[in-house]
This record gives sequence, C-alpha cells and structure tokens, in this order.
Amino acid sequence: MPVLLWTDALIFLLVAGLAGFAYLVRRHPHLAVPWRRVAADPLAMAAAVVLLCFTAVAVLDSLHYRPALPPGPNGEAQYAAEVNSVLDRALAVLVEHQEKSYSAPFATRLFAKEAISLPDGRTVRDYPRLAWGGAHLADPDRGRAGDIAGKAGLGLALGLAAWLPAAWLVRRRLAAGGARRAVLATLLAVCLVAGVLAVLAPYYHVFGTDKVGQDVLYATIKSIRTGVLIGALTTLVTLPLAIGLGVSAGYFGGRVDDAVQYLYTTLNSIPGVLLIAAAVLLMQAQLETHPDWFETGAERADLRLLFLCLILGMTNWTGLARLLRAETLKVRELDYVIAARAFGVSDGRILTRHILPNVQHIVLISVVMDFSGLVLAEAVLSYVGVGVDPGMMSFGNMINGARLELAREPVVWWQLVAAFLFMFVLVLAANLFADSVRDALDPRTRSRT
Amino acid sequence: MSGRGLEVRDLRVEIDADGGRRLVPVDGVSLSVGERECVVLLGESGCGKSLTALALMRLLPEGAGIAAGRAELDGESFFELPERLMRARRGGRLAMIFQEPMTSLNPVLSIGQQIAESLAAHRRLRGPAAQAEAIRLLEAVGLPAERLDAYPSQLSGGQRQRALIAMMLAGDPSVLIADEPTTALDVTVQAQILRLLKELQQTRGMGLLLITHDLDIARDMADRVAVMYAGQIVEWTSRARLFEAPGHPYTRRLLNVLPSAARRGERLAQIPGRVPAPDAALVGCRFADRCTEVTPSCRTEAQVLREVAPGHWLRCGRAGTAGLAGRAAEAPVVVVAGAAAPATTRPVLELRDLKVHFPVRRGLLQRVAGQVRAVDGVSLAVRAGETLALVGESGCGKTTLARAALRLIEATAGQVLLDGEDIGRLAGEALRRKRSAMQIVFQDPFSSLNPRMRVADIIAEGLAALRPDLAAGPRAARVAELLDRVGLPGDAGGRYPHEFSGGQRQRIAIARALAVSPRLLVCDEPTSALDVSVQAQILNLLAELQREQGLAYLFITHNLPVVAYLAHRVAVMYQGRIVEQGDADTLLGAPTQAYTRMLLDSAPGHGL
Amino acid sequence: MTAYLLRRLLYAVPILIGVNLLTFALFFLVNTPDDMARLHLGVKRVTPEAVQKWKAERGYDKPLLFNAGAAGLAKVSDTIFFRHSLAMFAFRFGASDDGRDIAGEIKTRMWPSLAIALPTFVIGLAVDISVALILLFFRRTYVEWTGVVALVAMMSVSSLFYIIGGQYLFAKVWQLAPISGYQDGFNAARFVWLPILIGVVGGIGAGARWYRTLFLEEAGKDYVRTARAKGLSEARVLFRHILKNGMVPILTGAVAVFPLLFMGSLIMESFFGIPGLGSYTIDAINAQDFAIVRAMVFLGAVLYIAGLILTDVSYTLVDPRVRLR
Repeated sequence: MPVLLWTDALIFLLVAGLAGFAYLVRRHPHLAVPWRRVAADPLAMAAAVVLLCFTAVAVLDSLHYRPALPPGPNGEAQYAAEVNSVLDRALAVLVEHQEKSYSAPFATRLFAKEAISLPDGRTVRDYPRLAWGGAHLADPDRGRAGDIAGKAGLGLALGLAAWLPAAWLVRRRLAAGGARRAVLATLLAVCLVAGVLAVLAPYYHVFGTDKVGQDVLYATIKSIRTGVLIGALTTLVTLPLAIGLGVSAGYFGGRVDDAVQYLYTTLNSIPGVLLIAAAVLLMQAQLETHPDWFETGAERADLRLLFLCLILGMTNWTGLARLLRAETLKVRELDYVIAARAFGVSDGRILTRHILPNVQHIVLISVVMDFSGLVLAEAVLSYVGVGVDPGMMSFGNMINGARLELAREPVVWWQLVAAFLFMFVLVLAANLFADSVRDALDPRTRSRT
Repeated sequence: MSGRGLEVRDLRVEIDADGGRRLVPVDGVSLSVGERECVVLLGESGCGKSLTALALMRLLPEGAGIAAGRAELDGESFFELPERLMRARRGGRLAMIFQEPMTSLNPVLSIGQQIAESLAAHRRLRGPAAQAEAIRLLEAVGLPAERLDAYPSQLSGGQRQRALIAMMLAGDPSVLIADEPTTALDVTVQAQILRLLKELQQTRGMGLLLITHDLDIARDMADRVAVMYAGQIVEWTSRARLFEAPGHPYTRRLLNVLPSAARRGERLAQIPGRVPAPDAALVGCRFADRCTEVTPSCRTEAQVLREVAPGHWLRCGRAGTAGLAGRAAEAPVVVVAGAAAPATTRPVLELRDLKVHFPVRRGLLQRVAGQVRAVDGVSLAVRAGETLALVGESGCGKTTLARAALRLIEATAGQVLLDGEDIGRLAGEALRRKRSAMQIVFQDPFSSLNPRMRVADIIAEGLAALRPDLAAGPRAARVAELLDRVGLPGDAGGRYPHEFSGGQRQRIAIARALAVSPRLLVCDEPTSALDVSVQAQILNLLAELQREQGLAYLFITHNLPVVAYLAHRVAVMYQGRIVEQGDADTLLGAPTQAYTRMLLDSAPGHGL
Repeated sequence: MTAYLLRRLLYAVPILIGVNLLTFALFFLVNTPDDMARLHLGVKRVTPEAVQKWKAERGYDKPLLFNAGAAGLAKVSDTIFFRHSLAMFAFRFGASDDGRDIAGEIKTRMWPSLAIALPTFVIGLAVDISVALILLFFRRTYVEWTGVVALVAMMSVSSLFYIIGGQYLFAKVWQLAPISGYQDGFNAARFVWLPILIGVVGGIGAGARWYRTLFLEEAGKDYVRTARAKGLSEARVLFRHILKNGMVPILTGAVAVFPLLFMGSLIMESFFGIPGLGSYTIDAINAQDFAIVRAMVFLGAVLYIAGLILTDVSYTLVDPRVRLR
C-alpha cells in the first residue's frame, strides 16, 4: 500500500517545481543567460552532479509504502505497521544484516568480548564472529585482506562499466570544456565509489555497525533524505511568507512597512536556537499528549520533521524578507515602474509583472545559499535535543548517538566519521554550487568581474 | 619628443573577454601633450578614450592590458618601468582626475588626510610642512583652508572635484589627465571647474589631456584635438583647424548633428548605423559602414593616420581628395521642428500655483520640523503642438514638478488642469481615464524598460491598462504600427530590451508612451544619457511626432543647445520656483534674470 | 544624538512587549500549565491533585490574564501574565522548575560564558580579517584560489566535528587540556584555551569568506582607483583605504552581536562542561524547564536590541557619512 507522507508530497512538488523552472529557463533566453555561466563553471557542475546523486537518493527514499502482510482471517488486505521506502527495498541486504552490537568497519568479529559457549560446553570470553560481516570467509584472520582487495577491484570494474554509458551520454549532451571534464570526473568518482560499496556491502559492514548492530552505511544513506529535506523544504515552506511580506513592505511602504519591520525585528530579537527550542519543545509536548493522532511512527516522525522545517523557516524568513524589502524599495523607484503607474496599471499587476520578476534572483540566491547552513543546523539542533524525531535517521542523531562512545577504549569512531564525511560532501557540494549561482545571478558580483 | 610633456605611440589595449575572445578597444593610438598645452581627446561612449587614459596611468582594470606601444613622460619611457618606479610617476608627474566626484574620494578619510597622503608619497612632506602645503593646494583650487578637516560627504560635487584636483596637484604633475571631469556636474559648476583647470594649466605650465564627449567643451578648452572612433584616432589637429576645416567624415558629421538655435526648424543631420561591435572583425576603415563618402577601397584597406596638412593628421583613405577640402554637401534640409510657434490654442496642461513640499522630521517624536519646498508655487501652461522647455540644474525640482503634473506624486497645494479640468482631486477610475492624455519619457534608457518583458508587451502595457476593450488582434496591430513609426524593425517586438542599444531603447520608450495616444508628453531629459549622434535621431523623431500629431511637450533638460533648437517657450526653474518664463527666442536672446544669464553664460562653447 | 538614542530606546519597548506576548502565548496559551505539569509528572497515571500541587508550587495555578477572585489591583497583578511575563521587564525571572532563582544563576553563570565567548570573538575577528586581507593581497594568484576553496571546505565542516575532533585530539590523545570542567580566576585559562581555539578555527571558514567579500566590494570602488592614481603602494591602498572602509560594516556588525556574547555558546559549553549560560540553556531545554527558557528568550531579546542600538551609535563613530537625527 503506497503511503504519501507530507514531506514526500512536498519533495515531489519540489522536484516538479525544479523541472518546471528548468523548462521555463530553456524557453526564455534572457532567463538562461546566468544559468549558462553556472553551466560553464567546472566546480559548480561537479557539485551539481554530487547534489543530483544525493537528491536521487532522497527521492528514492521518499517513495513510501507499507508492505503487504498475509491476508487476514476474513481475506481483507493487511499491511505492516512499518513504513518502508523504495530505498529500503534496494538496501534490503543491509537492513537484514543485523549484528548484535558495535563492530568496526570490515570487521569479522564484534567489538566487545562476550561469553561464547563452545561446542564442547565450555564458555570463553572472546570476540564472537559476526553473523554477517565476513561470514563467508572460512578463516577470517587470514583471507580477509585478499578478499576485500579482490572485491574492491571487482567493484571498481563495475563502477567503470557503469560510468562508460553515462559518460557517453554526457559527451553527447554537453559542449566540450572544463565543465564537461569536471562532470565526467565527478561521475567517474561517484560510479567507482558506488561500485565498490555495492560489491563489498553485502559481505562486510563497510562503515561498521552501531550500538544495536545496525549497519552504519545504511543509516548514513538513510540520513541523506533528512538532510536534503531540511535544507530544501525549510526555505520553501516559508517562501510565500517572506516574499509576500518583504515585497509588500517595500512596495507599499508606510504602515505596511512599519508592521512588517516590527514583526521581523521582534522575531529576530529572539535568539534563533531558543525560538526553535521553545517551539520544538511545545510541539513535542503537543505530540506527546496526543499520541492518537498518528497511525504509524513514521507519520509522527514525518510531521515532526515538517514542523521542524516550518520552525526553522520561521527564524529564517526574516533575512530573505529584509533583502526583498530593500530590493523592492529600489525597483519600485525605477522608471519602468513609474511608467506603469503613469498608465494607471494596478498595484497587483505592477507587483506581478514588474517587481516580482526583477527581485526573483534574490529569492533563488537565498534558497541555494541557505541550503548548506540548514543541513549543518540540523546536526546541532539534534544534538541540543530539539532536532528531528529521535527515531528518525539523520546525521544529527547519528552524531548524537555516537559522541558518547568516544570515551570508550578503544574508541568507536566509525559512526561519527561516516556521518561527518557524508554531511561534509553534501554541504561542500551545496556551498560550491550556491557560490556559483550567486555569482551568476547577483548583478553586484557580476559587474565586479 | 624631448622636454616636458607626454608622448604616446601606437598604444594598443587588449581585453580578455568571456569565451576566450580577445577585444581590442584601443588600437594604435598616438598623440602628444606638450608643456602648457591642452589636448582634448574627443569621442562618443565606448570609443576607448577612458581606457586610453587608464592605460597611460597603467591602471587598466582586471583582464585588460597594454599589448603594444610606447609612452614617454618628460622624455622618459615609462610603459616598461617596474611597478615600483611607475608608482613614483603616478600621481607625481603624471596625474589623473575622474568623472564621478561622488565616489572618487575615500569617504572615511578627511580631505586633508587624502592630500597629505599624496604629499608624503611624492614630496616626502610630513607634519606641519605637509599641512601648510595642503592648505596652499586647497587655496589653489579655490577651497577655503578649513575644508582640510571636512569629509567628502560634507562637500558638494563641485567641491569634491576641486579637492580631487588638489590631491592630484600634490605631486606637481607635468601632465594631468582629466577623464570627463565635469560630466556629472551642473553647467554652472562645470564652467567653474573647466575654468579652474585652464587656469592651473596656464599658471603651472602643466600639460592637460582632457577627455570628453562634448564638442563645445573641446571648443572652449583645447589647443589641439584628437577625435577618437572605435578605438582609433581618426583626426588629430589644432582646435582652430578642426572646427573650421574638419577633415574626417566622422568629425564633420559630429559637428553637424549638434542642435543649436541656428538649426531651429531644420532636420538635424544623423549618422546612420552604429559603432561596430567591440568584437567585430574589422577590415578597412571602421567608419566605412556609416560614411556617406565611402569608396570600395575604404572597406578593404586598413587606414593609417597620415599628415594631410602641416599638423593635421587624418585616418581617411580619401584625405586630400577634392571633396574633402571643404564641407561636403550635407543631407537636404527639411523643416520639421515648429519654426513658427503654433497658433494660440487652449492649454493641454496647465499648472496653477503648484506646490510639492516634503516634510522634514526631527527630534524625539519625529515632529515635522520644516519643509523641503521641492516645488514652490509653479504656474505654467503647455499648448497643443508646443514645446515648453523646463530648464534648471539638478535639485531645482524639475523632476518633482513633472511627477506631480502627472499625478504620480501628490501635490501639497495648487491645481493641475488637463484640458481645463482639475485632475488634482480625481481618484480611482476617473483618474485612470485621464492618464491616457499624458505620458512620460525618461532619461535613462536602461532603467526605463523592464528587462524581463518583451518589447511588444512593454509597448502594449498601456493599452492593456487603459484600453482593456481592445482585443488581442488590434492590440498587436497597434504595437506593430508603433514600432514602425519610431523606426524599429518589425521583429523587435519579440525581443527583450537588453538586445537594443541606448537610442533604440529610447525609441521603444517613446513608442510605449505613444501607444495610448497622449496629447501631452513629459520628456524628462530624454537625450542626456545618449551620444550626440543618437541624440539627433531622437530629437528628429520627437519633432516629427509633434508635427504629425500636434503633441504638446513638457521638455525637461539642462542642455541649452537642445532648448534653443527645439523649444517654443522656455521656463527657467531655480530652487522650486520659476524665475523666468517666456518665448524661447526672447528669453535665450535677452534674459532678464541674473540666474538665467548665469546659466546661459555657463553653457560651454562660448569660450571661457 | 540624545534624542535619537531616546527614540531608539522607546522603539525597543514595543519590540520587547511583542517578544513578551509571543512567549506568553507560546508557553501559556498553546501549552497550558496543565500540559506542562503532565509533561513533568509523566503523562500516564497522574492525579489531578498532583497536577494542582505542581502548579501551585510554581505559581501557575493563577488565572492567565484576569483574576476575578482577587481584590483591587490584584485582579490584574495576581495573574500568570503579570507574575511571569510582565515581571521580566524588571528582570525578575522567578525560580526555575527545580526551585532555584534564575536571576541569581544568570549572574554567576555569565562570567564563565564570557571567559570563552569574548576571547573567541575578539581573536576570531582578528584572525578572520587577517586571512581575508592576505587573500586580497594575493589577488589573482594561486594563493587566492587555494585559499578560497579551503575556506569553503572549512565552512562545510560541521561545527560539531571541530568540537568533537578537537576535544578528542587535544584533550584525550595528547592530553594538553582537561576534557571538561571549569575553575574561577586564573585557573580558568587552563580550561578555556581549547574551546577558544576550536571556536576560532571553526569560525574561520565562514568569517574570513564573508570579510573577503566585503573587502572585495570595497576594492572595486572608484576611490581605490583614485588612491592608486595617487601613486600609493599596494599595501597602503589595502591597509589604509580598503581596510578602513571595510572595517565600517565589520565593526558595526561586530558591535551588533557583542551583547549576545553574554548568552554564551550552547554547544561548546556543554561539550566542555563549562558552567555558563549556554550549558544552562541546554540543560533547561533537555529538562524541559520552561521557566528558564522563557527567561533566556527575554534576556536574548534585550541583548539583541542593545546590539542594534550600539550598532547605530558605532556607525556615527566610525563612519563620517552617518549623522543620527
């Protein structure tokens, strides 16, 4: 039974919106001009490839369903209480390979000693073999390195094989130049990494396992959706508010301006983390007092995520509104707006035909620039305890769960490293892409070069 | 050349543009500035004159560089000097002042500090000695000594330009380059600054390389003139010879496109076509496509600068041939602008004691402490078929007046009568119906068109708002007709404003205003941002439209030759009031008010 | 100037009232005291008496806005709004849910917070500006490109990574600093240097990049060309002209956040066990102590507005173009 969570709907809407925007840009040459600059920037294009991969994972992880169970006694269809995604299905082997507790990357034994009962009835304290990791090896202590190398080689070959058709496509669609080389190189890197992981992951826990024995690679991949959602949806859900208030404050001035300025100064004056914390605490209290609102845990976590986006957006919209107000103040004094007023064109029409199209670059820049900061913010908020639902997989929750284990001897480092690594790649790609978009769209930076 | 002065040979500047293209905005420029000599580098926008100046200072912007050529200052070749040594020349014996006085000074350093910096760098003066010298420099440029402690924001535009000149005199330059030093200033201030430059040049024995687009300034200031076109010097001679016997077809055209009282009623000559694009492949003469005397060889053979008479250099293949000795026959003279004032008709627009005051708020409770009287009791009338020129300097309230007349801002007091009906109290639909009678054309062709709209939509905007009854078909037909009328190609409607040049954009703006068939057009400095050759086209178009449609123009400008050429009547505005108003010939010929006289005397072209 | 300051102070009043009303609405209307009591006492199996007792102990058993049962002025003053929201204007924050005086806590915890936040801020500002200037000096060279990419990479690293990594390396592996804790007086240095170092390093990416764009914007202005045309050396153009102008937005921006330094750093303090306001806030959030969160929200708003006013004043001091009226 397919399940459409709120955030799923929004993410599909977002993808559709992006596609629509791309179509619009292709149709209008003057809109396409700045994007051609982005397309010619090697760093930006490399970043775009990485971002697309992350987005693809997020979209796959947003196709949710409840698996069917055997029909009930009366033949009616029954569905499991858990909600899975297409991504879960694809990574089923990782979900299945559940160990007992911590194990290091590529380990064949558990991290901690346990009492093992030997066949002859004695019990010894030793590191027990893992149920899945390296289970195919007869003698894990000797054959492991060779086995890993062989499988990695196979993975590289597979990756290369997957890259070739993609590269052929890219060469056909993109003009030669630095940007194309960057795209091809990034694609190659992505394919090789994916190939190696795909071959190794069924046999080993590439990033180890966590406290409850879950594969860390799986958790990391699942965290991508949370990160992408928070980065993208937060600005989008409050966009109408920011645009509406910012533009009308700038255009109408007077009382409207006073009211909007008062509103955003007041909201701004509350320290962001505290406002978020207060709102999340309150939301939490509401959710806890009404457990009957949700059918599944996933729905509950999802609604909490959506609320988090809204709340983060509430603290974020003021910045965009302020920028839009300032820009509108400038645009409304331009001659073409005065000319329109000389024709008696209505305010609504001036806003939609003259003001909005000429301030839209600010909205775009703001959306891409905010993305990375929000992904990073999620981790911090989850650490503070006001982030996403503790049951939801996210970079913040991974870090939060793992940081206490740093005190162990020897340390459990892999969970942290995996989360930080993936988060770093996502945020770096977003930052590089955003930089390029800003340079292309912002008339101030453009005149400088 | 030996002795003091600047000598440039075959300067070539190249720019690395997007996509690996290489542009050559300055291509083989040679000129010299002698001691106590003023050389004017004359050219329209984009001809490469500013880049020439920056190249001489070795201050070219990123991506641009000197590709070839030599330059000598006081006999010393300086293009190959290491940057460390060049620094000692720059601001020392070779100095430069810039166009924008508002932004060319450091806002957080006082004038004294900025002068002292130059004195320390070039004359090793510090402390009291520097202070005394700074005061001396300030006095030399006509600023009182107490201005030493002022910050740029406390000075007016003219004072800032004086301060900048003082800074540049600190190194006691033998040549001063002035890049459009007065373009951003009012005419009266312009006259003062030009006079100051001339005087400094004379008393200090300094060479002055003055860069300008204004022929009248060249006439007033120059000893010799270099005319620049598309990156090259096309003519290089003494001032007298240039204005009396111009050799290059471009120069002669330039002299001919200027409006003046003498050309009243005549159609101004135009230069057809436009300057070659910066990345165009150039073979042969760069002016060939716009030249009326072009021969086949002009297009194939690259032209060189040749001396056709002692001290008169020309870059023209036909130099010395018969037709060029004197003035060639010009385009036939057609009477277009209203030579005679139209018959007295009822005014289309009449302003009665119009006042626009802006409150000034002060203090704890932001009480209204005073009023800025932007427009302070103006009465005037514009009749059908008549051009009323509203003349005044920046800040005199002329733009506010225009906006109040169009009911774009609310008047504080007084009446605005359109066809005898007071529209000052109208609102809503009633006001909207009146709006089609009066429209406006702006100064800046770049901000007056929405960059996100197609030209056809821009022109149709007024129709959509004021004639909603018009169906799509007739509306499109009307747009096509208007495009044709203002001389734009038929396919222009589907394109976006950025694809058009400044002059073409101004045509689009005129078409937009005409779309709703107004009877009054407020033209707010419509040609100030345009080159003179384009100005002629727009003025001709406006004159034709007036004759055809009996339009009334309220023509706001500070350019007196345009007034003399175009206006039937003139109103002079000063500090929110009309100080003098009357028939154009009478007022310009025999002004009664001191302010009008000062304005007329300040206009360049009459000698200093 | 005085009139201007007075006006700004008056303008702060409606904003603080707005903050006050907002927190009141969030904490007492959206979530009623009963909800809070149940949250603390456990949702299930809680008797109405226990809830009542919990509320009475904290003074949440009064009417929200109007006490009809009281006499005279007490009708208004003996209410939750008056006692818990309006009282904050007098900095009477009341007691936290565990019964301690919040104002007293704030006074003692402020100093450890400042001991970390202030040096981090000042040193960070100096380092970031220096890095930005170095990049500007090596404009259009390999140094600049590498530096800019490095800055982007540095700002793409989670702040948690800097803290966890720094603490692990310096405190645990190399044992150069205590892992956590705090002592007053000069002993504090032993505990604060590592958080300060981590704070500064973690901030370079975003900070230096931002200052670089500010300086770049200044470098493109006309007066810089004038300075070069005067024959000044590149270093002089950079330090006297560009830096001086660039410092205007930098200083005023710094002044704006200055008062907020009192609030401390949430995460840093909690990782290093510094008994400051940041860890106080985090503990309050984790314990769901609404009284403390409310007090900190109000305190933050006051400090923010103080920052705004200080910014305006500092503009008049550093920028000759600005005159306050």
